[in-house]
Amino acid sequence: MYRYDSYDQSIVDARVEEFRDQVQRRLTGALTEDQFKPLRLMNGLYLQLHAYMLRVAIPYGTLSGKQMRKLGEIANKYDKGYGHFTTRQNLQYNWIKLADAPDILAELATVEMHAIQTSGNCIRNISSDQYAGVSADEVADPRPWAELLRQWSTFHPEFTYLPRKFKIAVIASDDDRSAMRLHDIGLKLVSKDGVIGAEVYAGGGMGRTPMVAPQIRDFVAEDEIISYLEACLRVYNRYGRRDNKYKARIKILVHEIGVDEYRRQVEEEFAHMKQLGLNPPTEELDRIRPFFANPAYETGLSEEIDRADPAFALWVDRQVVAHKQPGYAIVNISLKPLSGIPGDASADQIVLVADLAEQYSLDELRVTHAQNLVLPHVKKADLYAIWQKLDEAGLAEANLNLITDIIACPGLDYCALANARSIPLAQKIAQRFADTERQAELGELKLKISGCINACGHHHAGHIGILGVDRKGVENFQLLLGGSGAEDASLGQITGPGFSEDGVVDAIEKVTDIYLAQREGGERFLDTYRRIGMKPFKEAIYG
Amino acid sequence: MGRSGGEYFGDAGVKILTGNDLVTGDVIWWAGDGWSRQVNDSVDVGDKGDDLVRTEEAALRVVGAYVIDATTDDEGVRPAHIKDRIRALGPTVRPDLTLKPNDADAGNWVI
Repeated sequence: MYRYDSYDQSIVDARVEEFRDQVQRRLTGALTEDQFKPLRLMNGLYLQLHAYMLRVAIPYGTLSGKQMRKLGEIANKYDKGYGHFTTRQNLQYNWIKLADAPDILAELATVEMHAIQTSGNCIRNISSDQYAGVSADEVADPRPWAELLRQWSTFHPEFTYLPRKFKIAVIASDDDRSAMRLHDIGLKLVSKDGVIGAEVYAGGGMGRTPMVAPQIRDFVAEDEIISYLEACLRVYNRYGRRDNKYKARIKILVHEIGVDEYRRQVEEEFAHMKQLGLNPPTEELDRIRPFFANPAYETGLSEEIDRADPAFALWVDRQVVAHKQPGYAIVNISLKPLSGIPGDASADQIVLVADLAEQYSLDELRVTHAQNLVLPHVKKADLYAIWQKLDEAGLAEANLNLITDIIACPGLDYCALANARSIPLAQKIAQRFADTERQAELGELKLKISGCINACGHHHAGHIGILGVDRKGVENFQLLLGGSGAEDASLGQITGPGFSEDGVVDAIEKVTDIYLAQREGGERFLDTYRRIGMKPFKEAIYG
Repeated sequence: MGRSGGEYFGDAGVKILTGNDLVTGDVIWWAGDGWSRQVNDSVDVGDKGDDLVRTEEAALRVVGAYVIDATTDDEGVRPAHIKDRIRALGPTVRPDLTLKPNDADAGNWVI
C-alpha cells in the first residue's frame, strides 16, 4: 500500500488546521453559512436531512487494517456507532457535530486519510478495481496510476472550480468491476506491443442524463497519461457549461459538440501540453510503484478447502474468488444482510474486518463500488476461521452478485436530495427473494436502487434498476431493465408507469418469472433481456 | 418555499419553522420561545417565518432554516411533506435512532 511522504502528510495536516480555524469562525459568527458552506464542502462536510454528514475518501478503495480500525473508532466516538460505505468506495458518517469535524479530520490524518475533495466541483476520489493487484487477468496493477492521479488531482489549482464534479476510474482488466465507462473519465490500462498505456474514455456518467463514455483514444503511453488527462480537463474546464448545473458535466459537452470534435480539441491541447514538458517525472511513478509490489506471499500452500460444513461451502462458492497467487483467495464480505441496510457497517463490524485484514489478509482490505468489502490476500487454509468470525458478526451473507446483493443509495431516510426511500425497498426485495436456492436459480442479477435522479444508487446500470420519484408528495418507483456497469456497459430502459413500494416488488417478481421461463442455456438475466427485449417483461408487468 | 413541498398542503393547516442546530446538526423545530427537537412542540409561525429565519440564523442558533406547511390534530403536528416527516421522526430504517425508539412501526408514521 502507498504510504504518505512528508509532502502528503504536511498538506493534509495543514488542511486540518485550516478547517479548524474555519469551523471556529463559523461557530463564532465570523463566517456566515453562505461563506462557510463551500469551505465545509471542500472538506467533505454536508448538511444532510438529519445532521451534518462527513464523507471520508478511501483512495481507490484500498485500506490498511489500521485505517479501517480508525474508521470504526470514529464511528463510535463521534457518530452513532456505524458508517455507510458508498458507491464511490468512500465512507460516510451520518451524525457528525460541526464542532467535532476538525478533530475527526485530525484523527483521520494520523492514519493518512482525509475528506478532501469528496465534495465540490473538483476531481473526486479516484476509484478502481477492488481486485487490483490480485486478479490474474489484469495487465498491470492499476493502483500506482490511481495513486499518481490522486497526487496530481489533489489541490490541483486549475481544476478546483470545474463546471461540475469530476469522477475518474482506473482499471486494468477486461472485466470491468468499477463501472469505468460510467465515469467522467475512465482509464483502462492495456499493453500494446509490450508497452503499458491506457485506453481513454470520456463523457460517461449517470444522473439525470446517463451516458456510456465513448472511447476518445485507444492508447496513451503511461508516461503521458497525466498530460493527456490534463488536456481532457482543460477542454472541459474551458467549454463545459457553467450556466446550468444540469448541463455542466463533461458528458453534456462531449455529447453536444460530438466525440470527434471533443477528441480533436483534446489532441490539440495535448500537443501543446507536450511542448510544455508537464508530464510528471517517470521517477515519481517509479517511486510509487514499489508500494504496490506483491506482498510477501508464502509459497507451497495447500489448495485444499475443507467443505464439510455446508453453510461454509455455500459461502465459499459465492463469496470467494480466484487469486493470482497459488494457495491464496480473494474473500468478498457482503454488507447486504437480508434485513440490513446496504453498505452500512457497525463500528464493531468495521473493527472486526480491520482485525481480519491484519491477521489474515496481509494487512489490506478493499471497498467495492457495490458497497461490499474485500479481503484481498487470504490463505485458503484460513477461510474457515474467517467465515466463522464473519458469521458471528452477521457478515457471512452469501449473495455476491445475486438479486439480494442490492446497491442502494441512502435515499430519503438520510439524503436531503432524495425523493423516495431506497433502503426499505431494498429490504422488502431482499425479503421477497430471501430463499437461497431461489437466488441461486436466478444467478447473476444486479439490482440497483436510487432515491432520486442523481443516481447515486447506479439505477441506470442495474440489470434491474429502480428510481424513486416524488409523485405529488408520495413515493413512487420507476422500474428499469437492461442496464450494466460492467465491460458490456449499457443503460437501463424504463418499463413504463411507476409503482408503489409494494407494487414494484411484485413487478420485479414478474420480471424474474419471465426470465426463468424464457432463458436459454446459461443465460444471465441480462443476456435474456438483451435477446428477447422489453416487450415480454412489459406484458407481464402491466398486463 | 423551502426544502419541502408546500403545494401538497390544504387550507386548514399551519406554518411551522424547522432547521438544523448549527453546532450539533440536530433537526430542530421552532417552539415559540426557542427550539425543540420534538416536532410536536412546533407552533404556528403564521407570516412571521421569514423574519424568524433571519433572526435565528443571525443568532447562530440554527442553520438552513425554512418554513413548511403542517397540520395539527390530537396526535400532534404532522408536516405536510414526507421529507419533513422523516426529518421529524428520524431514519425509518433505524427505529433505534428515531423519536420513537421503542416503536418498530414508527416508520409508518411518515407514509
